[in-house]
Amino acid sequence: MAEKLLMIALSPTMEQGTIHKWHVKEGESFSTGDILCDVETDKTTMEYEAPDDAVLLKILIKEGGQATVGQPIAVYGEMGDEISDILRELKEKEDTDPNAENAGAGERDGKNKTAVPEPKPESPESSSGTRITASPLARKIAGEKGIDLRRIKGSGPGGRIIKKDVEAFKPSAIPSISSNIPISGDDTKIPLSDKRTIIAKRLSESKYSAPHFYLTLKADMTRLIESRLRFNEDHPESKTSLNAWIMKLTAEALKRHPEINATWNSDSILKFFHVHIGLAVAQKDGLITPLVKAVEMKKISQIDEELKVLIDKAKNNRLTPDEYTGATFTISNLGSWGIEEFTAIINPPGSAILALGAIQKIPVVIHDQIVIRPMMAMTLSCDHRVIDGAAGADFMKTLKSYLEDPALAMI
Amino acid sequence: MSEFNYDLIVIGAGPGGYVSAIRASQLGMNVAVIEKDNPGGVCLNWGCIPSKSLISQAQKFTYLKDLENMGIKTDASGFNYESVYKKSRLAAAKLSKGVEFLLKKNKIELIKGAAKISGNNTITVDGDKQYTANKILIATGSRPRIIPGFEFDEAGVLSSTGALNLKTLPKSVAIIGAGAIGVEFAYIFNSFGVKVHLVEMLDSILPLEDKDASDILAKAFKKNSVKIYTSVKASISEKMSSGYKVKLEADGEPEFIDVEKILVAVGRTPNSDNLGLENLGIKTDRGFIETGDFYETSVPGIYAIGDVINTPLLAHVASKEGEIAVEHMAGKGHEKRVDPTLIPGAVYTEPQIAGFGYTEMKAHEAGFPVKVFSFPFRGAGKAVAVEESDGFVKLVCHEETHEILGAHIVGKEATELIHEILLARKSELLPEDIAAMIHAHPTLSEAVMEAARGIEEWAIHV
Ligand SMILES: Cc1cc2nc3c(=O)[nH]c(=O)nc-3n(C[C@H](O)[C@H](O)[C@H](O)COP(=O)(O)OP(=O)(O)OC[C@H]3O[C@@H](n4cnc5c(N)ncnc54)[C@H](O)[C@@H]3O)c2cc1C
Repeated sequence: MAEKLLMIALSPTMEQGTIHKWHVKEGESFSTGDILCDVETDKTTMEYEAPDDAVLLKILIKEGGQATVGQPIAVYGEMGDEISDILRELKEKEDTDPNAENAGAGERDGKNKTAVPEPKPESPESSSGTRITASPLARKIAGEKGIDLRRIKGSGPGGRIIKKDVEAFKPSAIPSISSNIPISGDDTKIPLSDKRTIIAKRLSESKYSAPHFYLTLKADMTRLIESRLRFNEDHPESKTSLNAWIMKLTAEALKRHPEINATWNSDSILKFFHVHIGLAVAQKDGLITPLVKAVEMKKISQIDEELKVLIDKAKNNRLTPDEYTGATFTISNLGSWGIEEFTAIINPPGSAILALGAIQKIPVVIHDQIVIRPMMAMTLSCDHRVIDGAAGADFMKTLKSYLEDPALAMI
Repeated sequence: MSEFNYDLIVIGAGPGGYVSAIRASQLGMNVAVIEKDNPGGVCLNWGCIPSKSLISQAQKFTYLKDLENMGIKTDASGFNYESVYKKSRLAAAKLSKGVEFLLKKNKIELIKGAAKISGNNTITVDGDKQYTANKILIATGSRPRIIPGFEFDEAGVLSSTGALNLKTLPKSVAIIGAGAIGVEFAYIFNSFGVKVHLVEMLDSILPLEDKDASDILAKAFKKNSVKIYTSVKASISEKMSSGYKVKLEADGEPEFIDVEKILVAVGRTPNSDNLGLENLGIKTDRGFIETGDFYETSVPGIYAIGDVINTPLLAHVASKEGEIAVEHMAGKGHEKRVDPTLIPGAVYTEPQIAGFGYTEMKAHEAGFPVKVFSFPFRGAGKAVAVEESDGFVKLVCHEETHEILGAHIVGKEATELIHEILLARKSELLPEDIAAMIHAHPTLSEAVMEAARGIEEWAIHV
């Protein structure tokens, strides 16, 4: 018997996904656990494993196509299974579903003479419980205004989106990139990937809800560079990165300043027991912050090993949600781009993010002498709801002392 | 132990008070209700319930004519109105006992006596016993309004209470006021053969209802020989031994009618006096207690709901307001006040009238682009089969979105039919949703479906 292969939630927050690549072609057989396709979710690309031993009879969502969780993406079964019934059922559903893309528009609304199809708010039909609940009136108004219902929080019974919510909705606070300089040539409109949408949403949420303030200072990296060089020379088989060292020393500093390793909970402040540090990693089409868990309990070499694996996975879109959610503190390092110093946006649930600039040899005054030292500027962005100026400054002072003299962290 | 005797004391056990008390008890509060009369309030004892009992019996009486049309010889000579009256009292008594039982079942103390609020948390009953509560809910309801010149003696000049208490029928009656209560009594009296003169100061009976709806009722009344006088001011010109000479003044020459009794149904007066409100600084406006969000008065912790505040004087409104108030006390609710466009109104004459939201006229006045469709009952097979084809289902919608702004039904079972449309409106369903739903055939509900289809321009049976 042929069956529908439904899109499943591949990460806890996934509502829909884009089929990145089909690994199995129509007519090919597969066994349980085989990778059927790659699905780009809100954060990363996940592998869709085969639930059964069977043959892929028909692909319903082609590469590049989107499907909401619960929506059929393919039909599978035994070779030769009859699938016309399923296809007809799906077709009919599409035709009668008031939310399906303009299906039956002419019949439903005979006097709507506009030739241009109206943008549809979304396609929520699914057999699982994850469809967006909105009243028919809210859907209609959203459709007319071209508002994506997924961006609206419902205030009706059970979180249902009602007319009031659609009317109160203000189109995204993210400014659109448009130019008013009259130059010829067409601007390119790039449709938002799921990842872009999530990044935009999360970062604006953080920036607009957490009052940020910034603390900058420079640390003399002479000793740390020396220590790392010596270690790496002694262990050529397991060289450690500067990021691993900085991460470890940061964790040590956080242990002494637990108020920085905390989060705003609207009615309370939660101090985290462990220090999970995220590291911002650039990807082709966005960025992600994989994290090393319980950094305070790990050795630098261990941290470094984990970082290597995580960064590799991040670059190849292979992180699992567990590997990129829940950082209690984040480090962003743009040193290798030659950036001298910068400020970063806090990555929730953390309340602070450390922005590291390039290590630069510059003249500094020590004991009234001008000497050349490798200095690194670092800026801490703090959520003022959790961290006050003096607390942040204390932490930076400790961190600076550890970076300048790693031995101090052992005391 | 709490510093007060109760978490909540409710004053009045009408549909506002007793429902609030039960809801509060469900939410974990320790509740008492103070009632000076029978539990159930006006609604159960002297309003909705006995009047509906009389209406149902009146309707059965009219079936005599239908039976005669089948050639059956009927003899109404043994007709005894007192047994009709007794049945209506029995219904009231049964339900009042039922309320008492429900209160007990929910562990709510029923304190008998007249309550007066003597402090922010203190209530005095019958002038001596004192009770304290963290919150107080005033649900004291209303009483028939007296108009000068028509003071009730409940013998010749009757209030609705007096009319419900009649054990014999008069030969003729003038009903002053053609609101819901007035027309319902007109229907009752007329059905039992009493000569009815229905007098209204405004320009139509049921002046607040949809005009087309009240017109149909007026037509039905006229057919049954109810005399209707609109835009007319009535006064008693003479008290006679057999009744009254009533003077009816319109533009031209005054008219005089002789009637045995007069029923005055021109609104209600809120029971806000003798409650001690002045001492606490609780504000009233023409007697109605003023309330803000969640029906809290100007004194925090003291709430007022039902007929004693200036919202539609309906039992279901009183109950809903009470639920909102106590849910707020319990920190549960989110609704601030009843949305007036979601209140169904019902008139239990034959034909019945029911509606909610904007009438066609009010929608225009409010500036909506309006689309209206009215489906006549005669297009519904069932209505024709049961010989009840006078009536219609009218939908008032927003012209662009088709949002349901209001609905008005006249005809058989209108008061039941309205709820499908109200549910649609409340959950923001659209006419197209009702239009697409299968309705059993033959039913009167098909008229609702057809009206919805009419809005979508594809009604079948027109
Ligand atoms: C003839 C008639 C027909 C009606 N038909 C309908 C209908 O079909 N549908 C509908 O929805 N509505 C109808 N109504 C209206 C309905 O009865 C009222 O809206 C409803 O009763 C209001 O409820 P309430 O709880 O606010 O007040 P009430 O029902 O008036 O109850 C108030 C209670 O408080 C008590 N009380 C007052 N003061 C004190 C005090 N100081 N101490 C102790 N107790 C006190 C009173 O004795 C009374 O029992 C009708 C009314 C009438 C008169």
